[in-house]
Amino acid sequence: MSRDLVLGAIRRSLGVSGAEALRRTAIEDRLSRHPRGVVPERGALPPRKRLNLFRDMLAEASGTMQEVASPDEVPAAVAAYLRSKNLPLQIRRGSDPRLEAIPWQNEQALEVSVGRSDGNQLAAVSHAFKAVAETGTLVLTSGPDNPTTLNFLPEHHIVVVDAKDVTGDYETVWDALRKKVGKYFPRTVNWITGASRSADIEQVLLHGAHGPKGLHVIVIGKP
Amino acid sequence: MTVQITSPKFKKNARAALKDAQLQRALGKVEAGFIGKRRAVASRLPEFEVLRDLARDIKDHTLAHLDLYLEAYERRVTEEGGTVHWAATAEDARRIILDICKRREAKTVTKGKSMIAEEIGLNDHLVEHGIAPVETDLGEYIIQLRNEAPSHIIAPAIHLNRDQIEADFRRSHADLPAERNLDEPASLMAEARAVLRAKFLAADVGITGANFLIAETGTSVIVTNEGNGDLTQILPKTHIVLASIEKLVPTLEDVTTILRVLARSATGQEMSVYTTFSTGPRRAGDPDGPEEYHVVILDNGRSSMIGGQFREMLRCIRCGACMNHCPVYGAVGGHAYGWVYPGPMGAVLTPSLIGIDKAGHLPNASTFCGRCEEVCPVRIPLPKLMRYWRDREFERHLSPATVRWGLGLWALFARRPWLYRPATRLAMKTLALFGGRRGRMHWLPLAGGWTRHRDFPVPERDTFQAQWKKHRAEEARKKAQAEAEAVEAGKAGEKAT
Repeated sequence: MSRDLVLGAIRRSLGVSGAEALRRTAIEDRLSRHPRGVVPERGALPPRKRLNLFRDMLAEASGTMQEVASPDEVPAAVAAYLRSKNLPLQIRRGSDPRLEAIPWQNEQALEVSVGRSDGNQLAAVSHAFKAVAETGTLVLTSGPDNPTTLNFLPEHHIVVVDAKDVTGDYETVWDALRKKVGKYFPRTVNWITGASRSADIEQVLLHGAHGPKGLHVIVIGKP
Repeated sequence: MTVQITSPKFKKNARAALKDAQLQRALGKVEAGFIGKRRAVASRLPEFEVLRDLARDIKDHTLAHLDLYLEAYERRVTEEGGTVHWAATAEDARRIILDICKRREAKTVTKGKSMIAEEIGLNDHLVEHGIAPVETDLGEYIIQLRNEAPSHIIAPAIHLNRDQIEADFRRSHADLPAERNLDEPASLMAEARAVLRAKFLAADVGITGANFLIAETGTSVIVTNEGNGDLTQILPKTHIVLASIEKLVPTLEDVTTILRVLARSATGQEMSVYTTFSTGPRRAGDPDGPEEYHVVILDNGRSSMIGGQFREMLRCIRCGACMNHCPVYGAVGGHAYGWVYPGPMGAVLTPSLIGIDKAGHLPNASTFCGRCEEVCPVRIPLPKLMRYWRDREFERHLSPATVRWGLGLWALFARRPWLYRPATRLAMKTLALFGGRRGRMHWLPLAGGWTRHRDFPVPERDTFQAQWKKHRAEEARKKAQAEAEAVEAGKAGEKAT
């Protein structure tokens, strides 16, 4: 009933019935074509420069980035990051095939568990779907292999991304996601730009409000 | 808490705010915290002004087709396994949310920051029915402990100082050791993080607002820096989104364009830390996420705004830039406005939602400097809309008798130039006489409200019209003289040849 009330009131205000063919075509057209607006030129760069822009923008949002040549080097990079933060050598990760393929056993001291976070983990490793150089933003999608809790509950979040997945702008990411999943979206798409922060107390900027205090990105391969 | 409407007492509120030393100390930080950062980040993006135009156009297009986009959105949410509930009034929305909470046998509810939850007085309603709502945004948590309303739409506790918050934490977290050190904002935040972490994990229902609803995908979007909204919506078994009808945008590309101006306008960030797109409940095989996903779409007076002079106000994306740049907000803070929405956007929106009879002072609380319109990411002509309210207030005889009498008197003169000109000249001469040689007056009859706080400058010389007349006469005289000289020179030349 409320539905008819609300829609009826909107239609009265607009002076329309809702059946106008032109209006219907207008919205159907926009929804199916989803035209792009103006995409800032900032991210339109050759791959190496694009990755550098990602690194710089991420640094502004107080995230760090390192490059490794292959997945084989990820365990050592993860262990080095944990040591630099004086954290125990333990991580929780999802079962993303790209994370499964990493030879974690190479780093013998590193304890790796798989699954969602229940709030007791200090560090987690996720694999990003894409990264956006424009603002140093990571894009992560939820699914059986990618628990969203890993992005928010641990104190440190380490995100692995392939160098070829670092795009210039968000629009490229949307097109890639549509291509991958079709019409039906994952429950959660997270854009993450830096570490959790708050300035709610006297406008003093502090990190680790509710989400991770630290965000570290490991980029695999040549851009 | 339910926000008690104190907008009718704006003048009294403002006077008290000006004398409140704690508040004035806190407000002194607004400029450094917001204005410079926004300017820096906006000037760094060459496309920023074009993006503002596009953001405005997207919102206008959506509002013009809102009925159809809402239907399309509802279809997609349903296809994704979520449920859309329609609420014509605040009461409807409270009832729908309470019913869901009761059905899920909820004892505690975590909440992401939602201005609409404040608008409908959701927390009090839940408390009355035995459900404990927990605000999780750090600022909202602090003001919930104080039983206060937010004083800013994106920085709810901006009116408070560290020592006040320390006192609140010591009072509210009485089970923690009394000797603990809370001298730094960082130690306060760490304590809030620990206390709230337990609440997040225990909550039965999570309620968030939405910055946007996307028709194309049936998605709700929240934008936060803390990550509290995400913990609110991924940990409990039920996620309820509370959003008003104007949050709709057509597509992912459209929301992307608007996101490019939102954080930059709000906090001067290139992008907020967490922008989260939620579509339906958790999918089969997902290790986390809610089992139920509900969206409550609230009208509460907005549908009638679409048809009138205030439609443009519905473009608002709640960034807070207008209040950050407002000299009146900067002087009195958000609570003086007396309801949920402060600053210039509140001065336009509040009368639409609670009535001009209650909120008539708010559109008057403006110097019409125009900074709000200059910085608004969706280019809402806020001063123009405030002027509409002033007109209506006058038409409906809501303005005080002195104001009406004064305006009437002024209008009498203004419509009769032959009377207006000599009268202003006379007034100026009289004032000049009062002021004497000092050039300023410490006291002026009928203008004590002004002269109690500052001197009144005495008009110098004459009215503009009189000066212009004199100027024209002088020009004409010079021209005539020059012509006469030229003629003389010509004659002299003739004689010489």
